[in-house]
Amino acid sequence: MSGLGVLLRRELSLTWGAGGGPLLSVGFLIAATVLFPLSLGSAAQILGAVAAGLVWVLLALASLLSLERLFARDFEDGALDIIALGPLPLEASCAVKCLAAWLTNGAPLALASPLAAVALGEPVGAVPLIVLTAALGSLAFVFVGGIGAALSLVSRGGALLQTLIVLPLLIPPVIFGAAAVFAWTHGLAWTPGLALLAAYALAAIGLGPIAMAGACRNALG
Amino acid sequence: MISGFANPHRFMSFSRWAAPTLALIAAALLALGLWLGLSAPPDYQQGETVRIMFVHVPAAWTAMLAYLCLGGASFASLVFRHAVADAAASAAAPLGAAFTAAALITGSLWGKPMWGTWWAWGDSRLVSVLVLFLLFVGYIALRASIEDEGKAARAAEILALVGLINLPVIKFSVDWWNTLHQGESIFRAGGPLIAPVYLIPLMLTGAGYSAAFAALWLTRTRMEVRRRRSLGLALRAAR
Repeated sequence: MSGLGVLLRRELSLTWGAGGGPLLSVGFLIAATVLFPLSLGSAAQILGAVAAGLVWVLLALASLLSLERLFARDFEDGALDIIALGPLPLEASCAVKCLAAWLTNGAPLALASPLAAVALGEPVGAVPLIVLTAALGSLAFVFVGGIGAALSLVSRGGALLQTLIVLPLLIPPVIFGAAAVFAWTHGLAWTPGLALLAAYALAAIGLGPIAMAGACRNALG
Repeated sequence: MISGFANPHRFMSFSRWAAPTLALIAAALLALGLWLGLSAPPDYQQGETVRIMFVHVPAAWTAMLAYLCLGGASFASLVFRHAVADAAASAAAPLGAAFTAAALITGSLWGKPMWGTWWAWGDSRLVSVLVLFLLFVGYIALRASIEDEGKAARAAEILALVGLINLPVIKFSVDWWNTLHQGESIFRAGGPLIAPVYLIPLMLTGAGYSAAFAALWLTRTRMEVRRRRSLGLALRAAR
């Protein structure tokens, strides 16, 4: 267990230390939010109607952009080899790497997403639900997206390929999360969306690391 | 039977006659189905456009069948190290993409006269088939972008299995999304009941499409096995 703790501390300090970490993705979220009023027009009824959906698109894109840092650096400098050779099962190491990525990237994004949503016209009362769904959603994004990141390690396709293979898999969490917020704003039942989102996130946490470890072994072997 | 085909020689001697036989069966079924479909009376609501169903619906069925075959072959290759399965998986993906593309194109050609629009996001089946197309494209792109053939095969197999697990979830989520954002009620193309005069040709073309897919799949797998053989021979000659 202490090995996993060391790995977690290493991942966290690397992300915090190298180039801003969480500030980068939060900065991306805010900068991209500015584009929507500028492209769709500033009419409050247009922006307010789609605010929750737009935030979910931004959340998915910000999570996708941060995926490249998940395995690629460690693969290039050989750290992934050492992690794979070490005593920890590679599945657990992959899960810890994803958890660290969520702590430094997904959780700050979840905290910042109500800012973007309210700025676009979402009612303030929806903030707790937005934070909760965004936290669960970004958890699902990183544990599913990590599979794409690990699979594209040896490919020449880069970030575009990674986005192409991961994006279809992100459709269920985007639907469930955005639907829960949409239902709350329109006075409909919002708990089914939240429950389905939580189920998807848990399934991703359970199954994602197995696929990630398989893909990493393939890339290293 | 499947494990017997792990021997490429046995697979090749089986598919030598099976592929052309299936192609003949497919041609006969498609000819009969299309003849019955074209001679059926026009629908009282949809008119002559109902005939698009006989080329559109089987394409969507076959596309799903192709993903099942891709996932099954990937599983056999990843878990049992079946020798021909990986060639079969790589052969199934472009076929699946072609059938999904055919389903999308014929679907939008059908949508224009029926719904007045080429594309309706309100129809969850259209959206699911589009996602299926993206899954096939992602598989092909990943496989093509890795130089080492062994690593490309492994990575593609893992992706195919992840997609296979996700496919029912995606289908469910898109259907669920559709009930939440209720589209206009016109977007119900057929209704649950189909008259036998349409059902029989639809079943015939459905079986014909499946047989055509099987014939093409066997032929493409044969090509892939041959390509690998010639690659091996060239490597041996270069040594």
